[in-house]
Amino acid sequence: MSDSFEPVIIGFTCNWCSYRAADHAGMTRTQYPPNARLIRLMCSGRLDPTFVLKALADGADGVLIAGCHPGECHYLEQNYKALRRHRLLQRTLAQFGIEPERVRLAWASAAEGVKFAAEISEMVEEVRKLGPLNWPARPRPLATVPADIPVLSEVAA
Amino acid sequence: MKALFYPGCSMQKNARPYLDSLLAIRADIDLELQEIDDWNCCGATEYMSVHRVAAHSLIGRNLALAQQQASDSDVLTAGCSACYLNLAKTDAQMREDAHLNATVNEALAAGGLAYQPGSLKVRHLLDVVCHDIGYAAIKARVVKPLHGLKVAAYYGCQVARPDYDGRWDCHEHPTAMDQLLRALGAEPVEWSLKTQCCGGHMSVIGPEVAFGLIRRLIHGATQAGADLVATLCPMCQLNLDAYQVEMNKHFHSDYQMPVLYFTQLMGLAFGKNAGELGIGKEFVDAAPALAKIQAEAPKVAEAKRKRRPKPSDGLPPPRME
Amino acid sequence: MTSQQERVGVYVCHCGSNIAGVVDVESVVKFAAEELKDRGVVLARDYTFMCSVAGQELIEQDIREQGLTRVVVAACSPHLHEKTFRGACERAGLNPYLAEMASIREHVAWVHSGHAAATAKAKSIVSGTVERVLKNEALDAIKVPIDAATLVVGGGIAGLQAALEVAEAGYEVYLIEREASLGGHMAQFDKTFPTLDCAACILTPKMASAGSHPKIHLFTWSEVEKVEGFVGNYTVSVKKKPRYIDEDVCTGCGICVEKCPVLVVDDNFEAGIGYRKAIYWPFAQAVPNLPVLDPDTCTYFIGAKTKDKGGCKACEIFCPTVPNSILFGQKEERVTLKVGNIILATGWELFNARRIPQYGYGRLANVFSNLELERMCNAAGPTGGKIVLRDGQTAPKAVGIVHCVGSRDRNYNPYCSAICCMQSLKLAHLVKERSGAEVYNFYIDIRTPGKDYDEFYQRVIDEGVHFVRGKVADVSDVPLGPGEESGKLYIQVEDTLAGLQRRIPVDMVVLASGLEPRHDSAEVGKTFGISCSTNGWFIEKHAKLDPIATMTDGVFVAGCAQGPKDIPASVAQGAAAAARVLSYIRQGELALEPVRASVVEEQCSGCRLCNGLCPYNAISFVEERRVSEINAALCQGCGTCVAACPAGAIQGSGYSNEQLFAQIEGLLREVRHETEVV
Repeated sequence: MSDSFEPVIIGFTCNWCSYRAADHAGMTRTQYPPNARLIRLMCSGRLDPTFVLKALADGADGVLIAGCHPGECHYLEQNYKALRRHRLLQRTLAQFGIEPERVRLAWASAAEGVKFAAEISEMVEEVRKLGPLNWPARPRPLATVPADIPVLSEVAA
Repeated sequence: MKALFYPGCSMQKNARPYLDSLLAIRADIDLELQEIDDWNCCGATEYMSVHRVAAHSLIGRNLALAQQQASDSDVLTAGCSACYLNLAKTDAQMREDAHLNATVNEALAAGGLAYQPGSLKVRHLLDVVCHDIGYAAIKARVVKPLHGLKVAAYYGCQVARPDYDGRWDCHEHPTAMDQLLRALGAEPVEWSLKTQCCGGHMSVIGPEVAFGLIRRLIHGATQAGADLVATLCPMCQLNLDAYQVEMNKHFHSDYQMPVLYFTQLMGLAFGKNAGELGIGKEFVDAAPALAKIQAEAPKVAEAKRKRRPKPSDGLPPPRME
Repeated sequence: MTSQQERVGVYVCHCGSNIAGVVDVESVVKFAAEELKDRGVVLARDYTFMCSVAGQELIEQDIREQGLTRVVVAACSPHLHEKTFRGACERAGLNPYLAEMASIREHVAWVHSGHAAATAKAKSIVSGTVERVLKNEALDAIKVPIDAATLVVGGGIAGLQAALEVAEAGYEVYLIEREASLGGHMAQFDKTFPTLDCAACILTPKMASAGSHPKIHLFTWSEVEKVEGFVGNYTVSVKKKPRYIDEDVCTGCGICVEKCPVLVVDDNFEAGIGYRKAIYWPFAQAVPNLPVLDPDTCTYFIGAKTKDKGGCKACEIFCPTVPNSILFGQKEERVTLKVGNIILATGWELFNARRIPQYGYGRLANVFSNLELERMCNAAGPTGGKIVLRDGQTAPKAVGIVHCVGSRDRNYNPYCSAICCMQSLKLAHLVKERSGAEVYNFYIDIRTPGKDYDEFYQRVIDEGVHFVRGKVADVSDVPLGPGEESGKLYIQVEDTLAGLQRRIPVDMVVLASGLEPRHDSAEVGKTFGISCSTNGWFIEKHAKLDPIATMTDGVFVAGCAQGPKDIPASVAQGAAAAARVLSYIRQGELALEPVRASVVEEQCSGCRLCNGLCPYNAISFVEERRVSEINAALCQGCGTCVAACPAGAIQGSGYSNEQLFAQIEGLLREVRHETEVV
């Protein structure tokens, strides 16, 4: 792959730790590459694996899942569910021929802006090395997407 | 259990009693030792500061040979603290430092050798004895318990620190040998200097410095009421025993504190005769101390009928809990 | 309703030059107005400060005049101004949950420097937010009534202050204390820094007023076992441990304590350097003024266990009350309380200096902890306030105080325990004053950032206390050479100011052991639904702007449970927690974010997969209908069950699948277009 390839990363963050870590990175002006676009969930436990598949199918080259540190979940232990789903996703994606490194799990507390920025920087480099993701199903352009959302099974297929 | 064995130079000569006593007890504790064929010097404490890469390569050769000769055990044990620390240090630093790993392996390749860091578990003999063979198995072998013998367990500076692989309960105040002594029926004394320096090679380079350090240890053991000091390192034994005489001359003192290897005490408790264990070769005669061994366990002063403490008793005593 | 019918307004904030300095704001506005027109964007504007009154009025005006049905504000993090812009929508008659923020300051302008890339990213985020907001639904905040009763856990100075403040305002307070008396650690101290006023003199009046306050219901020797419910409506189960005393009958005359023949070391109040009986008062000014019987050391209980029944029962025999106050058969009791808010002031524990064996604590007779020395200084303590060595008689001629024991040390605790510098200075002063001994302080840094604190430091220096900057290597009872005196303790330290090694002989060593979280803080946190930091302190809602609330609504923290702090800070935080609770109580009801999960029964197959996932037990299975049901009052809105439901039968309001899928598509808008071209 040429060095000019700029991967697109979708990051799923939780409202309490990792999204705030991203805020903290901002407050401390910690620079990181602009390749990641974040989505806020209340908890990393809200992460439906189909979100990840959807993001990869729609053109993302990688997905970051970031939650509170184990033991520090705002909802007590739901980040462990994200951990399990991440493992599951990596296995599933491997069967699709997709490199497991494209889906990264990270923990960052609300005060760890520097760590969060470092996770993104590392991931961007890693995915840059992997090159663009050639997801087999070519996504439909926005205009042709029906107004009602496709059922989950279709998205995953 | 089986382990690869790196004897090191001291055990061949001045620490011969250490080796003899180890060989005498190995069957009792079911320890099968496979000596590394064609081992070389470990570089002792100084070489590492003189030429880091050469020192690591020198040690790396021993590790490479051990790895090559290993059949059914990946444990490499050494009785000398300096040997143990050097082997463990090279293994750990090669693991952490890819550049060092490559350089050392390049040097080894010149001799047709290679070492994969982490493939061996480098352990000190005391660690193997206490943690693998275990206190219970040792206690079961005791036929002549060392009742009445008060022993200062002395670990020296190189065994518990920096403890690359987390083998010891505490780096400053380890208790493994104390527990071993208890299993042998002896009474370990509580003292402050378990891991303080014995003087190392200062006894040759700057004797006055070494004498001060030796005196402190011998005084500390005496003050704690020990009959003898138990050690696990040839250097420590040499300094505390052979140089004790010199130290006494230097300070015009008259300390008589015998220093034996823990393996010798194990041998005594296992019923071996003193000669077979190399006892008698020490400079400060251990016989008077060993004469204190009693046939029966000293009666633990019958817990005095609980009387209420009086003001003259002072504050409640300190406790380790 | 399809997106074409929605009318979306997009507002891009300059934030002065914070955003506009990096992001090409005009280009983002143009993008929204033109490229997103077919997605329902009817107008896009930029403004210097959207959060200003004028900025908010802009939105309000557009909602009224342009008939906006959705609002997107691209500005700072929603954690800062989500409420602001929702408020603007609400004022203009638009449901506040139809507004969304796009964070282009914290997540773009402040972390990226390339203008083009930053602007492109800002556009993606705006596009994602527009797609998301189209799928938003009008929601109503959840209103919950607030029970006016308050639970305060911990009867130390922070908890006492909180309890008194709430009670003084006229509301019921349940004050739970694990120990047999109120007072906490402060009751153990002699003097308090920097004013040196007597701890008991300022604490006991507070203890007494809490003990006798008609609105404060005291539960000492009790622990909270279970907490259920949510803000405004907590149900708390409290375990009352048996004191073996009839609290209603006992007059506190003390004959039982006097007659008890068993004397044991008091590890609790006397910190291990004094004794107590098997039946004892926690301490002289205990509130409530009742003794407590320790069955582990009582001859009767030990006898009853070993079945020889040779119990002495002296306490019962001599008890003058009718009926007898000693109840050997007393059992644990459980009490259920209903409260609206909870204040946790569970305090701290002392670092166990035995973990640093080279300092000799527990091994060397004359090495003491700072807490032991506090008791020694206390006139009501085991030595009557005299500073003596372990023999109970000899006054020390030289005393070394070792700072930072277990604190600021990566081997133990990385944090600063905040109080030990001042405490050590205070102890240095007291030791010098009472024994005339030479006092040496061994410190890494002296930290005295408090009102009149540094002045106190100067005063102690002027009094002739010695200060050696360096971390102590070890404390030994063995002299190094014949020149050193026997029977001394030698402190080995590198004097980093003089640049040399020192060995200082002293008679007594005092270890300034740091503060640690309660050993069971993680469990306690779990009981109350709050989490602990990696160091074990309870995590506050915001480190700076909300150090009192927690992430669980209606649970507040005060005192050292949240982190090491001194008495004035503990009192301030206790009072602040009370103020927060009173503000909730006065509101009568609370509005909660309507982020909740609910089951669409028609789609639920009753697989029960979700049942075990909820940490709040909000999901139950309805046997009759064979479906799962979510209790909206218990649900906290994490969404784990929504993600897990294989049938997609669980809806997550505010964070629905529809919203999130739309946002993913929007964020990847330009990538999707590119792919189309390829």
